[in-house]
Amino acid sequence: MVLAATCIAVLSVMALALARALQADTVYDRILGINMFGTKTAVLIALMGFLSERPDFLDIAIVYALINFIGMIAVLRFFEYTATSGR
Amino acid sequence: MILETISNILLIVGAFFALTGAYGLFKFPDFFTRVHAASVTDSIATILLFLGLILRTDFDLVAVKLVFVLVFVLLTSPTASHALAKSARHGGVATLAESNNKDNTDG
Repeated sequence: MVLAATCIAVLSVMALALARALQADTVYDRILGINMFGTKTAVLIALMGFLSERPDFLDIAIVYALINFIGMIAVLRFFEYTATSGR
Repeated sequence: MILETISNILLIVGAFFALTGAYGLFKFPDFFTRVHAASVTDSIATILLFLGLILRTDFDLVAVKLVFVLVFVLLTSPTASHALAKSARHGGVATLAESNNKDNTDG
């Protein structure tokens, strides 16, 4: 029961992060929201793995955390050199 | 039975930190304080949630995978937050102090 409540809490955090990314004014707020969404997805996958008693979800969580980090650095590297004014 | 309650407490406290971090993402006035709020959820909430999950396993390969994911997220999320703040700093995002000074000097 507590696991399901935690899953709902993490889902609402992801929804808040997306809402934050949608109404962001600068591009960096958007990246911040997406980064938070990605890491919370990895946590949610692990939680769902435990909720459905299938421990092989954790491999997916590992891969997702890896890819999210690489994607984040790639997007930042892109914006670092074509940086329009962040105002 | 004891492990079950400890894991429940850890999960609830972790969910609480995640929610406060997400709430902070909206309420903080300045971009760099928001980076802090987001990385709070990345670090403390993830630690508590994964410790809660580790207590639920019977400490076999699943726990090792959990520890690996936890260590990896703890290594990469501060790095990503730092890269984001550096890129924002180069992109010309002013901190709260600077924008306050600019308002005062204009007046």
